[in-house]
Amino acid sequence: MTSLSYNHFFILSLIIFMIGCFGLFLNRRNMILILMCIEIILLAANINFVSASVFLNDINGQIFSIFILTIAAAEAAIGLAILVIYFRNKGEIDVTQINRLKD
Amino acid sequence: MIKYQLLFFIPLISTVLTYPAGKLIGDKAAQYLSSGLILAASLLSWYLFIQFVQGSDIEFIVPVLDWLLISGKFFNWGVSINSLTLLMLTLVLTVSALVHIYSIEYMSHDNSKTRFMTYLSLFTFCMVALVVSDNLIQLFFGWEGVGLASYLLIGFWHHKKSANLAAMKAFLVNRVADFGFLIGIATLYICLDTLSINDVIAQKDKLYQIQITFLGQQINALVFACFFLFIGAMGKSAQFGFHTWLPDAMEGPTPVSALIHAATMVTAGVFLTVRFSELMVMSDFVMTFVLTIGLMTAFFAASVGFFQKDIKKVIAYSTCSQLGFMFVACGLGAFNVAIFHLITHGYFKALLFLSSGSVIHGVHDEQDMDKMGNLFTKMKFTAIMMWIGTLAIIGFPYSSGYFSKDLILSSSFNLNQNGALVYVILAVVSAMTAFYSFRLIFKVFHGNYRGEYKYEKIHESGFFMLTPLFILSIGAIFAGYFLKDIIAGNNLNDFWRGVIFIGSSEHHYSSMFTILSKSLVGLGVLIAVYYYGFQEVKLLQLKNQFRSIYLFVLNKWYFDELYDKIFVKPTYNLGKFLWKNIDQGLVDRFIPNGGAAIVDKISKKIKRIQSGFIFDYTFIIIMGFTLFITIIFYTSIA
Repeated sequence: MTSLSYNHFFILSLIIFMIGCFGLFLNRRNMILILMCIEIILLAANINFVSASVFLNDINGQIFSIFILTIAAAEAAIGLAILVIYFRNKGEIDVTQINRLKD
Repeated sequence: MIKYQLLFFIPLISTVLTYPAGKLIGDKAAQYLSSGLILAASLLSWYLFIQFVQGSDIEFIVPVLDWLLISGKFFNWGVSINSLTLLMLTLVLTVSALVHIYSIEYMSHDNSKTRFMTYLSLFTFCMVALVVSDNLIQLFFGWEGVGLASYLLIGFWHHKKSANLAAMKAFLVNRVADFGFLIGIATLYICLDTLSINDVIAQKDKLYQIQITFLGQQINALVFACFFLFIGAMGKSAQFGFHTWLPDAMEGPTPVSALIHAATMVTAGVFLTVRFSELMVMSDFVMTFVLTIGLMTAFFAASVGFFQKDIKKVIAYSTCSQLGFMFVACGLGAFNVAIFHLITHGYFKALLFLSSGSVIHGVHDEQDMDKMGNLFTKMKFTAIMMWIGTLAIIGFPYSSGYFSKDLILSSSFNLNQNGALVYVILAVVSAMTAFYSFRLIFKVFHGNYRGEYKYEKIHESGFFMLTPLFILSIGAIFAGYFLKDIIAGNNLNDFWRGVIFIGSSEHHYSSMFTILSKSLVGLGVLIAVYYYGFQEVKLLQLKNQFRSIYLFVLNKWYFDELYDKIFVKPTYNLGKFLWKNIDQGLVDRFIPNGGAAIVDKISKKIKRIQSGFIFDYTFIIIMGFTLFITIIFYTSIA
């Protein structure tokens, strides 16, 4: 069995990143899905950070991933909060209508 | 030497200058200019001719310009001066000059006078190039050049559909025959490695020993070359099988018919045959073929001329028939007689055509003889000229046709076996010629006027049209008398000097035969006079009685219909099939149109990318960027 190399982790993070991107752009309506996709993209970045830090023997990458996780949590909280308020006002979570907020 | 080169260049100068001159100094002046130039050339040709006859040169070649260098050999523009070419030149340039002058008045109502004069001069130039050529390349150039000029002039009134069709027919029929001519030239070049006419004739014995394989058959090269040269001559001279274009060519203006389709261009075939007479006589097969074709043409054309309604078509068929006579003379080995008849025929046929042009001009572009009659009182001079031309063509004693035609008839006894048969056919054809020629005279100039155009308005033509008629009538009356001794008399070798083949001139000919042929001609005249002068009702009864024969002759033996079925229709259908199914159905559909359709489809798909929404572009940018980074990453670690 071949040992895991950095390549494998890089490809994994790439695939997850791509999935996130596709999800973000192909679905343009559901705000929850958008938030989830952003989370996925951040996770892909995290995997990359962690794997790179392991293979480069540098702890900074792993520290950074902790930062990202916190920021992601905060971002998700803010996003969900906006979503809840938006749903209360509009009765729907369709992003295409979100430009009406300025009215 | 410059005077010989001038012969070559004056018509060319006229061709080039006439059209610009028309723009600069007016149409009328340009017409005078080109007529003057050609007239000068014709006077020069007569001067050179007389000088040559009095001198003792056999032949000399005046170089004009270097032209082509093919595999180490030059083919140059040259003027070959000998008795044959000079004699032809006098005819060509004289008739051409007279036709130029005649056209000044005849085309005076036309809008493109200078174009007409340019074409006429172009024709004259090409004809001179053909006649004086010392090699086959230049001869072929002239040959095609006169064909082109003929095409342009037949289709001169290009707004008439019939004129366009006739022009195309003439060109295409000639093209078929010219292919034969090219094969002949190629054979000579392959076998002898030269195209100079004198060299070819000098090496005739060598040529006779070469065998070539054609379609699996061993054929003598000389027979092969001569046969195909004669095919070319048949096309140009409208012989049996290739004759269909000549009557249609009458769509052109009448001066054109006189110059090209009577006096000069159509005799180019005879000229070619005579130019290669030394070769032709070596093959019995070719000589017999020439003789047979000549006889068939003479008889066929004369019979068709019987009941044609168009005044010009009658004369056209008579031209065809007389060309047959010339080829008969060639086939009998009497080449000097053929040239003699060519010259006299040139004068009296040009006279007939120009007279008929005068008639057509007078009755306001009416060509149907059924709508003429009794024009004698209105145009006496033209009528007299037409009478002279007709008497010359039927061989009235001491007119020019009398000498030349009689010589052809007596030459038929050069043949030992079938001489009498040839003689009888020729005598019968002469009688037929007399019949239709007099029919024309009586329908046009005598009897009652039957036309729709106001009789009072019919007028005689003016000075410029009648003067050429008068000069030609002198030729028609006296050319035979004066040229007989020179061309075909006892001292003919003093004139020909070995340029053409001269057979033995011992005929087993008695005056009985002259009386026979003359009385046949007289009979023909009498029948024509009787029916068309006095008893037209009886003629109608006869026509009804022999309706099938009448229709057969009237419809030109159904040759046009036959060719239509055999050649035109299949070619047309093949062309239509290739156009509709292959070109449009296959090539166009799949290659240009199919390619366009594929591109259209792909672009329709691709244009969706450019939606105009910013998130689509962002998506593509990010995807691209990711791809880019990945590639860089992998290439850097590899």
